[in-house]
Amino acid sequence: MAEKPKEYWRWDEYNWRNPDIDWRKAKIITAGVDVGSVSSQAVIMADGELYAFANMRTGSDSPNSAINAMNWALEGTGMALSDINFTVGTGYGRVNVPFANKAVTEIACHARGANYMYGSTVRTVLDMGGQDCKAIRIDEKGKVVSFLMNDKCAAGTGRGMEVFANLLAVPIVEVGEMSLQVEEEPAPVSSTCVVFAKTEATGLLRDGWPKEKVLAAYCSAMAHRVISLLERNGVEKDFAITGGIGKNVGVVSRIEKELGLTALKPRYDTQIAGALGGALFAKALVEKGTKK
Amino acid sequence: MISVGVDVGNKFTKAVVLKDGQVISKSIVLSGFDQKQSANEAYDQAIKEAGISKNDVNYVLATGAGKKEVDFANDVVSEVGAGARGAVYFFPSGRTIIDVGAEDGRASKCDQNGKIVDFAVNEKCAAGAGSFSESMARALEVPLEEIGPLALQSNNVIYMNAQCTVFAESEVVSLIHAKTSKADISKAVHDAIAARIISMARRVGVEKDLVMIGGVGNNVGFLKALGDGLEIEVLVPDKPEYVCAIGAALIAAERN
Repeated sequence: MAEKPKEYWRWDEYNWRNPDIDWRKAKIITAGVDVGSVSSQAVIMADGELYAFANMRTGSDSPNSAINAMNWALEGTGMALSDINFTVGTGYGRVNVPFANKAVTEIACHARGANYMYGSTVRTVLDMGGQDCKAIRIDEKGKVVSFLMNDKCAAGTGRGMEVFANLLAVPIVEVGEMSLQVEEEPAPVSSTCVVFAKTEATGLLRDGWPKEKVLAAYCSAMAHRVISLLERNGVEKDFAITGGIGKNVGVVSRIEKELGLTALKPRYDTQIAGALGGALFAKALVEKGTKK
Repeated sequence: MISVGVDVGNKFTKAVVLKDGQVISKSIVLSGFDQKQSANEAYDQAIKEAGISKNDVNYVLATGAGKKEVDFANDVVSEVGAGARGAVYFFPSGRTIIDVGAEDGRASKCDQNGKIVDFAVNEKCAAGAGSFSESMARALEVPLEEIGPLALQSNNVIYMNAQCTVFAESEVVSLIHAKTSKADISKAVHDAIAARIISMARRVGVEKDLVMIGGVGNNVGFLKALGDGLEIEVLVPDKPEYVCAIGAALIAAERN
């Protein structure tokens, strides 16, 4: 029988809950659901404090992905969907969140979420998502000042990294660490296009390069690519990276090195920034509504 | 007078032997990872097929992405230069030359002698090159040579959102899941590649006649999309993948 091909792009889907918070005592419960092109997150906040979240892969159907993520975040909390006062949908599938009260763009949500996750000193947010990459400048309140986005090309996105994880048969969560196990930093992969970079990498492997070195060359190419986006939008301290690639030390450390700036250490999963921002927007909207 | 043109492409390496302006032999081999070796293989094959010896060759010109790897060539010539020269050899009325290979695309404007007036190139992005249709054929689980004819079975217009080949692959999978017919998807794929080439061609200006060369010239689905998109007749020489090598050999004959 044929063996099922390994899925090296797979990462652990999980949910999380803060055991110290009793949501029943909270006045306002809000949620943010970020349906991205690759992953979906649901975040629940109790009075503006992170209470629970779930992080999972987006399925082929956006509404289902939103519902699944939300149900998973609710799991074990004793909370029902109807207990949530307001839900904001965000991400590329934001209009497909059936239970959302409002949709907000992921740029605004990431900015807001980063402000919560990293504190009010953050001025530059780099969101490295599954199928896009955004450089966002924000103010002390987490409001967007300016942004630039690449959503046309897989270079510099999580999908690009998945292609490499599959090519080299390295689980995606190990790519970053592995890419740092080189004695000398190789020249970055020269092809911009992921399709061509793959061919280039195959050639490097044939030349006898170990996987570590090929990954180092690709992480470095990816860092280089997103830095040009960052610099066009302007870079100001403090700097933070959100999205899935924010967990890849191979890319993060190379961005830091080339930029000459250290990224703030995240308090939470970097992938939830968008949903978190959505939940914060939801809270602000509820407060605005009750003041009337 | 014997001249040789060697075109080291990203996917295939072609060699053509020309005797007094006539093609007497041609060969094609996979470029692989060692372009030096594939250039030599293609050269050896073409020489053998022509029934001559290397000493009989007066001049060798190399072209293509790996042209600098051809250590036996007397000189190199640009792909646009060789392509236009070859295209005009087949169709003297050709003024706009579209050359789409495995990993690149070119649009050029030339005069009646095949001299380049203006050109645009994409070799950075797989969308708009042959590898795009290769990837989509894989996603569709259709053999590469069937994806073009398959597109001709559809008259429906579906726009693909993705530009990037990597993203387009996922989009094709979504379309399959949404029960879109393979013929419709195939047409959408070719419309997408053609759209990229058309915008490049419009940047240099499209003038009659239009000649299509390069390996993608064998893809009827692409040719239809290109012709419909530009509302122009697309002229294609027989075996368009050899045209750059033939062009190089023609220029080589003059250099001697």
